[in-house]
Amino acid sequence: MAKAKITFTDIDQTVNVPAGTRVIEVSEKIGAGIIYGCREGDCGTCMMHVEEGWNNLTEPSVLEEKVLRENMASRHDRLACQAQILGDCRVKPA
Amino acid sequence: MNAAVAADSTSELVRPGEALEVAPGVHWIGALDPTLRTFDIILRTANGTTYNAYLVRGTEGVAVIDTVKAGFADDFFARLESVARYDEIRVIVLNHLEPDHSGALPELMRRAPQARLYISTRATSMLKALLKPNEDERPFEYQTVGTGDAVSLGDRTLRFLHTPFLHWPDTQCTYLVEEGVLFSGDVFGCHHCDSRLFNDRCGDFRFAFDYYYAHIMRPFKTHVMKALSLIEPLPLKLVAPTHGPILRDRPRRYLTRYRELSSASFTERLDDTHKTLLIFYMSSYGNTARMAEAIRDGAEETAGVRVSLYDLEGGELAPFVDLIESADALALGSPTINGDAVKPIWDLLSSLAVIDLKGKLGAAFGSYGWTGEAVRMIEDRMRGLKMRVPVAGLRIKLIPTEAELDDCRAFGRALAAAMTGADAGQTTELADLA
Ligand SMILES: Cc1cc2nc3c(=O)[nH]c(=O)nc-3n(C[C@H](O)[C@H](O)[C@H](O)COP(=O)(O)O)c2cc1C
Ligand code: FES
Ligand SMILES: [Fe+2]
Ligand SMILES: [Fe+2]
Repeated sequence: MAKAKITFTDIDQTVNVPAGTRVIEVSEKIGAGIIYGCREGDCGTCMMHVEEGWNNLTEPSVLEEKVLRENMASRHDRLACQAQILGDCRVKPA
Repeated sequence: MNAAVAADSTSELVRPGEALEVAPGVHWIGALDPTLRTFDIILRTANGTTYNAYLVRGTEGVAVIDTVKAGFADDFFARLESVARYDEIRVIVLNHLEPDHSGALPELMRRAPQARLYISTRATSMLKALLKPNEDERPFEYQTVGTGDAVSLGDRTLRFLHTPFLHWPDTQCTYLVEEGVLFSGDVFGCHHCDSRLFNDRCGDFRFAFDYYYAHIMRPFKTHVMKALSLIEPLPLKLVAPTHGPILRDRPRRYLTRYRELSSASFTERLDDTHKTLLIFYMSSYGNTARMAEAIRDGAEETAGVRVSLYDLEGGELAPFVDLIESADALALGSPTINGDAVKPIWDLLSSLAVIDLKGKLGAAFGSYGWTGEAVRMIEDRMRGLKMRVPVAGLRIKLIPTEAELDDCRAFGRALAAAMTGADAGQTTELADLA
């Protein structure tokens, strides 16, 4: 299976993961600072900033776009409970 | 005392069916609820509360700011009708959609269909979920506003301040520019019912003010600080919250109090070159206690980390919560008893809802006999509370051996390394993470 590297820059830790893994599945295990509320793409608590590899995450759904807008996301912010890792990227809590 | 206070004081009592003028052209149209004893499950009150709603009259229309809990709608509408007609209402502002303030909103919008509703940008999805309209009714129309937005009532202007998470995501404050009146929502409020209504005429309510802060605002200290920096520069003659006394006598004192309560006095006491780790444990035969001591010894080997060890059996929860609020990391040790961690651990964890735990490190450990569920359960709870759990929990079967105490010391060192960032720059396989 294709592998990808995700780096959590707030704690400077990198994890090798199978492509398709959701960020939430990694960040909690490694103890990164991204936090979660509803865990289903509704509340915006898990907003993260993608520093590199924006295109290496799955596209946001219409619903995710809406939640990001409502929570005044800036450019290159995503929901960590929704985004799946397709290739190398670097993220931190928004 | 200001001039208004010296005037005939009996005219300043709340009376049934009558609005009360709190500033020129600004009326209180709320309700008293003196028999309430428990609010939102988490708060107690010995003399009830008030639901404060306000009406502002301008040359070009009337604004209603907040409503009341549904059961008090009759009081609210009677007071409203004593000072305005429904067809005069052009503006309805909801500073906070919790049902104690939005309870009379649907009926108000039915009676004043021409009025426009103003809510914060974060309130939209809540509005829909709180005020689910009947199928035959059209959905509520509203306009979202943020800091810098304003609405004119002719000779008077309402300005909005975006002050989210005080104490819901949707909260905002509204400022009546010409009179220096801040409609603050739950901020600066308290559950204290006194028909004398003004802070300078009520009985001493400082305890209620601090208690309300401690249970409602304390989890959101950083948001309180941000809101204060928006509010403090405003000229203020009156702060009009949604609960409890209206603050007209030296309103700035209450801003100062919020600042005091939101400042991290404990952290400032310690020199901030150190990171603080607190270890709490319970232990019946001393096994988990021995683990706790070894973890402390391990963590203390790391320069820049200060460790304190506490047996939960020997203390009250409240001061521990204060300690945790200003600590960087928290390790909890519990034996597994009947497939669970012990109650004092859960009591401590469920007391932490009043503080902000984001970014703090958590770790769990404990001795067990045959299944050892406690450690995993504590870790899950810590994650649920938005703590980071950087080191997988440590379980030891019954009495720790010397080698196992070495594992405890290593666990302490690993936790300390995560606290100081000494573990940075590593790459791990997902499969290797617990
Ligand atoms: C003080 C307080 C804090 C709340 N905190 C949260 C929260 O953190 N997350 C959330 O999803 N809802 C929160 N809520 C909203 C309640 O869960 C919501 O109002 C719910 O509908 C209440 O249900 P009940 O009528 O059964 O009490 C909070 C409500 C109050 C009063
Ligand atoms: S946790 Fe609620 S949107 Fe991701
Ligand atoms: Fe509230
Ligand atoms: Fe309230």
